[in-house]
Amino acid sequence: MALVNETIIDKNGYKLHIVPTDKYKTITLMWKMKAPLKEETITKRALLPYVLQGGSEKYPTSTDLRSYLDDLYGASFYVDLGKKGNYHVINFTMEVANEKFLKESESLLERAFSFMHEVLQKPLVENGSFNQDIVDDEKRSLKQRIESVYDDKMRYANARLLEEMYKDDPYSLHVNGRLDDIDQLNASNLYQYYEQAFAEDELDLYVVGDVQADQVETMADSFLQFTARTPQLADASSSSSQPAEVKEVKEKQDIKQGKLHIGCRTYVAYKDEDYFAMQLFNGIFGGFSHSKLFTNVREKASLAYYAASRLESHKGFLMILSGIDSKNYEQAVAIIREQLSDMKDGKISDNELEQTKAVLRNQLLETVDTARGIIEMLYQNVVGGREITIDQWLEAVERTTKEEVVSAAGKVEMDTIYFLSGTEGE
Amino acid sequence: MEKIAFDQLQEELFYEKMDNGLEVYVLQKKGFNKTYATFTTKYGSIDNRFIPLGKDDYVRVPDGIAHFLEHKMFEKEDGDVFQHFSKQGASANAFTSFTRTAYLFSSTSRVHENLETLLNFVQEPYFTEQTVEKEKGIIGQEIRMYDDNPDWQAYFGLIQNMYHHHPVKIDIAGTVESIADITKDHLYECYRTFYHPSNMLLFVVGSVDPKETIEFVRANQGKKDYKEQPEVKRAFEEEPEQVKEPKQVRQMNVQTAKCEVGLKAVDTNLQGKELQKREAVMNVLLDALFGKSSPLYYQLYREGLIDETFYYDFTQEKGFGFAMVGGNTAKPEELAERVKQILMEASAGKHLTEEALQRSVKKKIGSFLRSINSPEYIANQFTRYAFNGMNLFDVVPVYESVTLTDVMDTAKHMISEDRLSTFQILPK
Repeated sequence: MALVNETIIDKNGYKLHIVPTDKYKTITLMWKMKAPLKEETITKRALLPYVLQGGSEKYPTSTDLRSYLDDLYGASFYVDLGKKGNYHVINFTMEVANEKFLKESESLLERAFSFMHEVLQKPLVENGSFNQDIVDDEKRSLKQRIESVYDDKMRYANARLLEEMYKDDPYSLHVNGRLDDIDQLNASNLYQYYEQAFAEDELDLYVVGDVQADQVETMADSFLQFTARTPQLADASSSSSQPAEVKEVKEKQDIKQGKLHIGCRTYVAYKDEDYFAMQLFNGIFGGFSHSKLFTNVREKASLAYYAASRLESHKGFLMILSGIDSKNYEQAVAIIREQLSDMKDGKISDNELEQTKAVLRNQLLETVDTARGIIEMLYQNVVGGREITIDQWLEAVERTTKEEVVSAAGKVEMDTIYFLSGTEGE
Repeated sequence: MEKIAFDQLQEELFYEKMDNGLEVYVLQKKGFNKTYATFTTKYGSIDNRFIPLGKDDYVRVPDGIAHFLEHKMFEKEDGDVFQHFSKQGASANAFTSFTRTAYLFSSTSRVHENLETLLNFVQEPYFTEQTVEKEKGIIGQEIRMYDDNPDWQAYFGLIQNMYHHHPVKIDIAGTVESIADITKDHLYECYRTFYHPSNMLLFVVGSVDPKETIEFVRANQGKKDYKEQPEVKRAFEEEPEQVKEPKQVRQMNVQTAKCEVGLKAVDTNLQGKELQKREAVMNVLLDALFGKSSPLYYQLYREGLIDETFYYDFTQEKGFGFAMVGGNTAKPEELAERVKQILMEASAGKHLTEEALQRSVKKKIGSFLRSINSPEYIANQFTRYAFNGMNLFDVVPVYESVTLTDVMDTAKHMISEDRLSTFQILPK
């Protein structure tokens, strides 16, 4: 039996993905809207879902809307934003209890579909505009959300690294958009964008839980209807290129710990054959607590509490991150460079390769134990334009050889070193 | 081996107390790939004055030692325990709280091997002067990371406002200065006192056969020679009911201000069913006042005092407890006043209605059902509940038993001006 059984059905304007499983006591619905990252639309996209969850025709205030959810056995509903390569994704997630575990006979799933329909298709609109109060409140919240990135130094350093590394590339845009755009947004131009997004975005709905596919399809048909569209592709030509030399950017703030974030280009994405080799590269290099970065920066040199690498699946981007004392900057960078060149030179033990395969396999299997994990794994196929099942994923990891990992390592190039230095230990 | 069935939830819990005193619980989760196990000692950051095993007098150990010990458990003569786990396809971790130190792994294969690694590494300490010194650099960076984290600073700042003496006010990791004093002898002393099986609990949840798992643990423990050990004697100073400071402000390198209001708990000797009821009532009370569906939340949001980071939380264990309400805000002073005012009004019965109560109860039950999809939640919370004489799987009936009178009585009993405190983080 396959680990995850996904049925994909073409609906009017969207794809319906159904994953029946009896693992959970709840049913999860996730609505995804994808469009290319663009300066002109990013801030509107960041504001839109929050305005929609601020009230609808039937539930005009957030109190009405939240009360309805509470009465629905504390159904959870939230919106968030993501960046997948050069695409921006808006998520609406709802989780309802399965009535089997409650003293309740009515179908909560049907009510969940009806609620999704309300929020997505029946917003609170007056004379071709959203409700002014909701838009004003959410503009204020969005400003605060963008400003608070500065307060979390790890997130701040991530954002700054991307700005420096991808100067003329939309990938440098932040998921929450740009502070300076917010004042120009209003109830009317945001409503226009709402209509545009629902007409043009690539739309996907995932339903995961103890459900029957035919029942879900019937509910989808009766509650969610959109017009057909051809999804837009992100413009690959706008991608920036690598500098001749590794760029070094230093910034100083009144903080206790320095944040070292190094951006690398991998030139390998989900759609490529050597994607799995790159996953293994990342695992051996810095993905886990047995990895080279953790072992050498933390355990041996005692320089850091965390030292890791993360791979972005669609952009060909890998980030190294560590929190260190500013006085140890040179030493930390030297150790990291050494680990990268060891990877390129093939200094990888059989043990490291086998450990990494084992934990990657484990990580994957654990990911598909959660509904959100299943959805995010499957959505990679939509974004990457390549159909890979979870079982194929596992096989591909198992098959990958050391030579293939070394060859993937050969493609990884350090691009930008960003250091947010602290004032401590200087 | 005992079997405890929870019919409505369709869950079965298996339990056995080993001869050496270790309590073992196993919950099978059908359809899951993963098995998650926690091995937890009832020993946390607050246990800093106690009579060490075999001694007669109380000692006071350096701040941050329980957490330091947690780090050092992973290093052995033949290397790092993380390496063993990853060879076996598992990911391992640990955490230290006020009252517990937990070691854990999750894996989708070779569960018995991983379980054996977990039991053995926690039951075989290995500390040397050299490895203890090396760890100080790593933990020093962990502390620095939290120093720069405004949420953590606001959380501890508020606890420090509320508590005069109780060690809950000490940061779990200690300070760079306090950990400098830690030696391998300290670690052995704490280890021998608190890591006896009779002070510990093992919880295994996931794709396991309960009977085989319990047999496996029994065999493993049977090979180890533990002598009976009396319960650890801990000492705490008398703590006044009133807060220490009504208000403090700290400036940090941030752009957004934060404001948190704390309510210091009374009756901190409560355990078992009484504590479970108190927690449920307090959560319902706070949700009725500050939850996203409350009219007050809407007002505060509309007035620009809060954003989506606004939250409430209540926690109580033996000896300490507090409610916290707050989040990011453009107007910290105004928010503090409003939250305090709302709490004082609630103590006089205002804002509390049957309708709000029913909604909050439903919401809490739904949220519990979501939570028990998560093996991590089950293991960690079950252990916390068990150490306080409560049962995680009673959450639904306890919530269903909450009445409006309970909520009003508790509001009146708990909330008082001199038990309120605020802590603000302001941009420099």
